[in-house]
Amino acid sequence: MSFNNIRVLIVDDSAIIRKIIQRSLPLEKYELVGVAANGLEALKLFKSTMPQIVTLDITMPEMDGLVVLEEMLRISPDVKVIVISALTDKATGIKAIKKGAKSFIPKPFTTTEVQKIILKLSEGL
Amino acid sequence: MNDSEIKYVIETTINFFSEITGKTAVCGIPSIKNGKNFVMEYTGIIGISGKRKGSIFFTANEKMLYALAHFMLEPETPTKSDIKDLVGEIANTISGNLRKSFGVDFMISVPVTIEGAIRDIKLPNTIESYIIPIKWNNFKSYLVICLE
Repeated sequence: MSFNNIRVLIVDDSAIIRKIIQRSLPLEKYELVGVAANGLEALKLFKSTMPQIVTLDITMPEMDGLVVLEEMLRISPDVKVIVISALTDKATGIKAIKKGAKSFIPKPFTTTEVQKIILKLSEGL
Repeated sequence: MNDSEIKYVIETTINFFSEITGKTAVCGIPSIKNGKNFVMEYTGIIGISGKRKGSIFFTANEKMLYALAHFMLEPETPTKSDIKDLVGEIANTISGNLRKSFGVDFMISVPVTIEGAIRDIKLPNTIESYIIPIKWNNFKSYLVICLE
């Protein structure tokens, strides 16, 4: 199993959350290809960098994260999207998974939780 | 808001601080303060739409937000921009977490953050506004729930 050059895109409208997620990536194993603060910026970056793993917030300006998720999967069906959201009701989690997210992490979260899920999803890459 | 809703808001708030910092916050007795000014140095505001309409505010002073950001970003030193972002993210996370109890029709907006104790922001007289004092790490802040 090789983790070399696994490309990751981080999408969240909160700068502090983007920083925390970024810190959970062991940089020797992953390449952070971009960070986006809204849905439109995320899709633009997604198309230009074609990441293999995306962490994606739901409540964001410009475009809802679940719409972004559908669009990302349309462009690249193999992308592994982890939805990280404050909307922790069961229905939202199920909706995200049904739309194709590989995992759902409720906020507040720890870097360990994010790291664990990214590592797990990396196994198939 | 009924008693069980208020209880859930308090539990959600306590959980937020424990998860983020490992230090428990203590929530004081909620009080109803209509038409009053309540803001501290930084405030995060979430608009609520759907079945319930209104706003949720989290307001705190700079020192508390720096201390919280320090927990989250250690060893990096938080910037002023980080703490302004954080106050909105706290309001966003607590509001979003409330959907577990308030249901999927409890729609939250993206946060708006305000710096400075702006005297013009006052709670409405028409809706009951609950102010919940939060004490964390000897710092004081408030969560304000203003819902129809």
